[in-house]
Amino acid sequence: MNFVPKMNRRAFVIGSAAGGLALGFGLPKSALAAVGDRAQFGENLTSNELGIWVAIKPDDTVCIRIVRAEMGQGSQTGLAQLIAEELEADWSKVTTEYPTPADNVKRKRAWGNYNSSGSRAIRESHQYVREGGAAARLMLIQAAANEWKVPASECTASNSTITHAASGKTTTYGKVAEAAAKLPVPEKPALKNPKDWKIAGKPLKRLDTADKVVGKMMYSIDYTMPGMLSAAIKDCPVFGGKVKSFDAAKVSGMKGVKKVVQVDDKSVAVVADTWWQAKTALDALPIEWDKGSNEKVSSASIAKWLEEGLTAETKFVGNKAGDTAAAIAGAAKKVEAVYSYPYQNHACLEPMNATALYTADKCEVWTSSQNGEAAYAAAIAASGLHADKVDVHRLMLGTGFGRRTRSEYVTEAVLIAKQMPGTPIKLLKSREEDMTNGVYHPVTQCKLTGALDKDGNVTALQMRISGQSILAYARPEAMQAGADPATFQGLNPGGAEGAFGYDIPNLLIDHSMRNPHIPPWFWRGVNNNQNAIYLESFIDEMAHAAGQDPLAFRRKMMAKFPKHLGVLNAVAERVGWDKPAPQGVFRGICQHMGYGSYVAAAAEVSVSGNKVKMHRIVAATNPGHAVNPAQIERQIACSFVYGLSALFHGGITIKDGAVVETNFDTFGSIRMAEMPRVESIIMPTNDFWGGVGEPTIFVAAPAVLNAIFAATGKRYRTFPLKDQNLQIG
Amino acid sequence: MVRLNINGKDHDIDVDPNTPLLWAIRENVGLTGTKYGCGIAQCGACTVHVDGVATRSCSYPVSAAVNAKIVTIEGLAQNGVLHKVQKAWLEHDVPQCGYCQSGQIMAAVELLKNKPKPTDADIDREMTNICRCGTFQQIRAAIHAAANA
Ligand code: FES
Ligand code: FES
Repeated sequence: MNFVPKMNRRAFVIGSAAGGLALGFGLPKSALAAVGDRAQFGENLTSNELGIWVAIKPDDTVCIRIVRAEMGQGSQTGLAQLIAEELEADWSKVTTEYPTPADNVKRKRAWGNYNSSGSRAIRESHQYVREGGAAARLMLIQAAANEWKVPASECTASNSTITHAASGKTTTYGKVAEAAAKLPVPEKPALKNPKDWKIAGKPLKRLDTADKVVGKMMYSIDYTMPGMLSAAIKDCPVFGGKVKSFDAAKVSGMKGVKKVVQVDDKSVAVVADTWWQAKTALDALPIEWDKGSNEKVSSASIAKWLEEGLTAETKFVGNKAGDTAAAIAGAAKKVEAVYSYPYQNHACLEPMNATALYTADKCEVWTSSQNGEAAYAAAIAASGLHADKVDVHRLMLGTGFGRRTRSEYVTEAVLIAKQMPGTPIKLLKSREEDMTNGVYHPVTQCKLTGALDKDGNVTALQMRISGQSILAYARPEAMQAGADPATFQGLNPGGAEGAFGYDIPNLLIDHSMRNPHIPPWFWRGVNNNQNAIYLESFIDEMAHAAGQDPLAFRRKMMAKFPKHLGVLNAVAERVGWDKPAPQGVFRGICQHMGYGSYVAAAAEVSVSGNKVKMHRIVAATNPGHAVNPAQIERQIACSFVYGLSALFHGGITIKDGAVVETNFDTFGSIRMAEMPRVESIIMPTNDFWGGVGEPTIFVAAPAVLNAIFAATGKRYRTFPLKDQNLQIG
Repeated sequence: MVRLNINGKDHDIDVDPNTPLLWAIRENVGLTGTKYGCGIAQCGACTVHVDGVATRSCSYPVSAAVNAKIVTIEGLAQNGVLHKVQKAWLEHDVPQCGYCQSGQIMAAVELLKNKPKPTDADIDREMTNICRCGTFQQIRAAIHAAANA
């Protein structure tokens, strides 16, 4: 089932919209005044454009256009580094600006894809943004050469300054930018060898920190404009249910309340002067729900259904080699285990919100989105207006984690604003609403069967995944013959995105799809999270059954996968695998590949009673190119916080068809005292481009789980660990 | 009408006395550096100082803050000079998304007031705010740096 108002894809016709757009529409003047100097992501594009990625002001300010979202992961800074590198810009003069999705449409989508998920912001745009920087540099040099009447080939550029060595003439980018902007944009300019990088590849500080330490950074939740009202929303607690009735009269007289509206078939909102008034009235509003057919579903009933899928017939095969049935039948030793992974909420610290202003001929939205174009499409569909009458202005994201690739909060804000034309409406979901009516990391189980020969070599591995498909819900058009290829992330036979890293002669990995009514979504790391737990825990189980060291056991199967092996060896060496751990401390190790990068981790833990103390984690990544090692180091450590929070404190449970956990008291998040010391190894081989924001999360949980097994002899196969009375000590 | 003294300035606001201080600060006074994360005193994103005490303002009624001196992240810098904790945050490039950082900084300022040279154990005990981005290693380093500044 799918209770989201269907996006009308035809409303988002790029070609037709690109034609008749007038330049220069954007923020109303009043809104600009409200934003003032806090418009970190302001969309007034600077003139003196040199191509589409760079504009330079007369005072030498370098304005770099960024369309991918910044949600804390650092892509804004990294992309600016790549462009500034080719531009030979003075880094201290670099600022960024944001072409809106409507700007992109006006230029026939010249800025390309806005999506920032799947760790793709840099790895999928490095080529064209670097070319944009290089083209701008060539234009600036040409303009200076024209002015000096010398050949451009005799001029050089460095640090935003152009020099003609023979005559000793110099000028700055700002001085020639206006003339340069009139020149043709060179196509396919040559790019630097990364070995010669001076800005890219360096551990530079982020560009956006100053406003964040003084409370000035404007997140979507902070946006305000004159005459704005605030809305609080409540969805039917059971997914798939509907609003039956509500008694608006009961709350209409409450202070500040302006209107009680039905938003769509599943939700009701109260609009008031302030959000607190709206929320207070909404809490008092009597609402009758038609809870639909899913009221009896619980975590237990879902688990039972998934369990049946562990042995059911299926055609959905992700990876196959040899004959597993025969090899298992002839095994000297057979190992078997069943794992399961629960629902998780993204729990973005800034709850979902958007501000919308609708009139009969225009709809504008201010919001934080991981994909400006998806938010734009949602606003177009919900407003019913043509694309050239709609725009989405981006504000800073208070985290994303995949949640903000979904735009239902934009849809809902517009649907409310449509009922109050001319009044700007800020819709904010309460934490409770965000927690119980979100979209969730999907639920799966996995049955693994391994065959060992008499020498303890793996002769066969079978992995049956049973459970939920994200794509079936989120992107049905991406399903392949009814199957969800993303289910097999990290388990595929090859490919640049994420390949299985073990050479096992008989292999069968397949999927029995079972889609409960809880809506699934992309959650940092996506299906790699549970696939890495299943596979890397089970490899350890087989090593144990074979009586072999888990590292040596893996190495035997990895000769054909030098990059997978490279990161594994790196963490083993750094953690000192060949030497004993400190007294009472035990180690676990694992590796995985996803989103184009190779990652591994080694954890050192001690366990006393039900308390797990994580002393040290060593994590390695080979992301191909390391555009900003300081930010990559942060992504590594921080992905462990997110992954281990889910492992220990997370887990969303279902009762009576609805989500049980409502807030951070029951859906916990790691705090300072629980944070393990994370040491990172960044080891780019410079021959491919992989992602950074997600990959190391894959190895967070399995490294710790394998270390817990080493410490206790107990193998944990269901999560979160709090349900097994295991806590972080 | 309720009178609140925030960052040295009086604000007369028309608000129900039961309104959480957080929402009065954000919506009635218009200072949005103080953030909403949970509303139940769990995450610390809403931390402000009430008479010098770090307080989770989402769970603190406006009525209790009358006559108190309230300081928010916007009032931490004095005469345009950043507080040493803010400087350390900049120096260590602490924030990722930054959404929790107003609260983290306000908590750290109080910690250093009570413990000018905190140990790691002090930091573990006193810094209990959630950061979904996971910036704890940078926060710890910045607190030590601020203590030695
Ligand atoms: S919003 Fe106050 S503690 Fe979370
Ligand atoms: S920096 Fe993003 S939540 Fe802390």
